[in-house]
Amino acid sequence: MLTLFYIGLLVCCFLCLYRIGRGPSAPDRTVAIDILGIVIVGFCALLALETGKDFYLNIAMAWALLSFIGTIALAKFLEGRSFDE
Amino acid sequence: MSDVIGYILIIIGILFDIFGCIGLVRFPDVYNRLQASTKCVTLGTIMLLVGVAIISGIGPTASRAIICAVFILITSPTAAHAIAKGAYASGVELWEGTVVDKYAEHVEEGESQA
Repeated sequence: MLTLFYIGLLVCCFLCLYRIGRGPSAPDRTVAIDILGIVIVGFCALLALETGKDFYLNIAMAWALLSFIGTIALAKFLEGRSFDE
Repeated sequence: MSDVIGYILIIIGILFDIFGCIGLVRFPDVYNRLQASTKCVTLGTIMLLVGVAIISGIGPTASRAIICAVFILITSPTAAHAIAKGAYASGVELWEGTVVDKYAEHVEEGESQA
């Protein structure tokens, strides 16, 4: 059962990686990086469920935070602004 | 009983994740891809986290999973909005089948008023 869940999330990860590698413009890649971060949060939750160790959810929270900050930074870079505007 | 509900939630969440990522690959435009993938993957991951919380019962795992779900619920639309605005400002072309572009009209109105 859990193996099927992992395979489903791995399919998501590979589709995101396809879009990151292939994407014709920079915003395509930014969208795919954002989605990949959220999928990895789900992956950490499944690991916590399988092993019964709850520090995987700490990793998930930190990953969600860093992914959000990175996405905001990339969006600001795309918009051509600096951070203090 | 709670195990069954949790596993059903996890299965539905992973299906939403897969459909969102298929939309990320198949749609023709940055804005279409953003629209499809962000909403589907946000809902799917939140359902997965809630399913993990229900299976593990009251305790540290469930509380952290709920905190993570609320955090994703807040940050994911914010990031999507920022990416859409950044993509429009960096001059990405809309798909040729696009019917309406309200944001361009809004920008023109703002410039004419200023």
